[in-house]
Amino acid sequence: MTGELTSHLNQNALKRQAQRERLSLLGLTSPAIIIIMIAMVLPVGWLFYLSFLSDEGVISLTNYQRMLDSKAYTRIFLTTFKVAFLTTGLCALIGYPLAYFLSQLPERIANICLLTVLLPFWTSLLVRTYAWLVLLQRKGLVNEWGIGLGLWDEPLPLVHNLNGTLIGMVHIMLPFLILPLYGSMKSIDTNYLKAAANLGATPTQAFWRVFMPLSFPGLFAGALIVFILSLGFFVTPAILGGGKVIMVAMQITRNIELFFNWGASSALGVVLLLITLGILYISSRFVSLDNILGGHR
Amino acid sequence: MLNWFKKPASETQITHGARLWLYLLAGIIMLLLVLPTVIVIPMSFSESQYLEFPPREWSLRWYEFYFGSEAWMSATRTSLLAGFLTMLVATPIGTMAAYGLATSTHALVRFVFLLMITPIMIPVILIAIGAFYVYVQLGIVNTMLGLVVAHTILALPLVLIVVSAALKSFDMSQERAARSLGASRLQAFFLVTLPQIRFSVITAALLAFLTSFDEVIVAMFVSGGDNATLTRNMFNALRDQIDPTIASISTIMILVSTSLLLLTQFLGRKKNK
Repeated sequence: MTGELTSHLNQNALKRQAQRERLSLLGLTSPAIIIIMIAMVLPVGWLFYLSFLSDEGVISLTNYQRMLDSKAYTRIFLTTFKVAFLTTGLCALIGYPLAYFLSQLPERIANICLLTVLLPFWTSLLVRTYAWLVLLQRKGLVNEWGIGLGLWDEPLPLVHNLNGTLIGMVHIMLPFLILPLYGSMKSIDTNYLKAAANLGATPTQAFWRVFMPLSFPGLFAGALIVFILSLGFFVTPAILGGGKVIMVAMQITRNIELFFNWGASSALGVVLLLITLGILYISSRFVSLDNILGGHR
Repeated sequence: MLNWFKKPASETQITHGARLWLYLLAGIIMLLLVLPTVIVIPMSFSESQYLEFPPREWSLRWYEFYFGSEAWMSATRTSLLAGFLTMLVATPIGTMAAYGLATSTHALVRFVFLLMITPIMIPVILIAIGAFYVYVQLGIVNTMLGLVVAHTILALPLVLIVVSAALKSFDMSQERAARSLGASRLQAFFLVTLPQIRFSVITAALLAFLTSFDEVIVAMFVSGGDNATLTRNMFNALRDQIDPTIASISTIMILVSTSLLLLTQFLGRKKNK
């Protein structure tokens, strides 16, 4: 009887100790949590509050109402989605063949070729945007060589418009698509392909009907990252769009820098945040977020 | 050589010859990924205002201008210091958090992990204007403190992801063995675990530095005056016109990030041995 009681007490003590340990280990995250609270949760929460303040300082939906009524804002959201969709689509079209190529190479050569993806990834986005500005301008290298080779006669308007924005953004986003896609392609079990060949599939059939469907989760993860990042993009459209491509993040900045209008900016920011989180939430039902975040860089 | 064309290239027995188009296409894409950035390097040595390629006349004029300008030099110092401080803050905090999340089995682990990676999932512009608003109230706009705090939360998720990945492949029973032999938890971490994940921690630190050094949007709002960063000044210069000085600064920045990347590759190779 006593023996049972002691063992019971011991069990309880052990359980408590395990609980304490779980908690104190979790406590190691507290410095990080505190700084995130101060520099992210508090400021973004404040923006939420500001977005519901009218010009007279009363709680209201004025800012959101104005956003709904204004044609300009509708156009800005449409532009943002258009640019994000086009960037994602182009990245998938260009990134897929390269990721596939890399996944088929022997490890050593693949690692060297991967450097061509990692190098732009590590290079400042501002520097890359600048490079495109120099290359694509009226008297830039691309126009000069295009005319020199007789491909076109007049300088093409390649920059300060949607073309330039898309070229720059696709170049900047490609690594974000290729790296997760490459990772998932590497983990495809090649026995499936052998089995397909064994059952009489031609190489082309095996690719389209076996490899391609198996690579979809990776493609989806990469495309999701590109789309989310593109929605909030600012630097590249601001420099390469030449004022013709206005995206949400740019309008937020403009409202603050030019008009010091915090209400309108906050409301725009809140909508952008909710769209981003909504997309992430819906996607997390189809693909694990850990897969998206793990393994790259 | 001809034999190579007929050799099977994959499990489906497709030949290299039949795949030639893929190799070509991939080659072109890889060139397009690298060339646009690299081409800035020779252009920065051009004498002309218009940045020719290849330069008709070579000169160091844009570098002289950059190194001679007090504004650019001060911005460079600010960026280097901010990057360095961000690295010093984000690396230990992020490593601690990664270790805590990897070892604790508390119910909140998943939630805390999600909270900690949010800064790279949500649009940076929100963090930028939010921080700006709060900093105005606190009177720390245009200070190094404010800049480093904001950059730290952008760097934290990357540190967390890199170190967590390393801890995942680390065999924790080694640490338990050390503790059963009398080491405290802290000793076990520093003497057993840390030495084995050190290359990942260094990679994470370099990433933290680069995150701050390359960051534009937050810096645009919360840095300024004597504490304006290099990227902030570059962005402002670019909005007006194509200043050739930017080409020389870009070249230096490309060299910095390339050498950091090669360093991590080198460390990674060492780790695998």
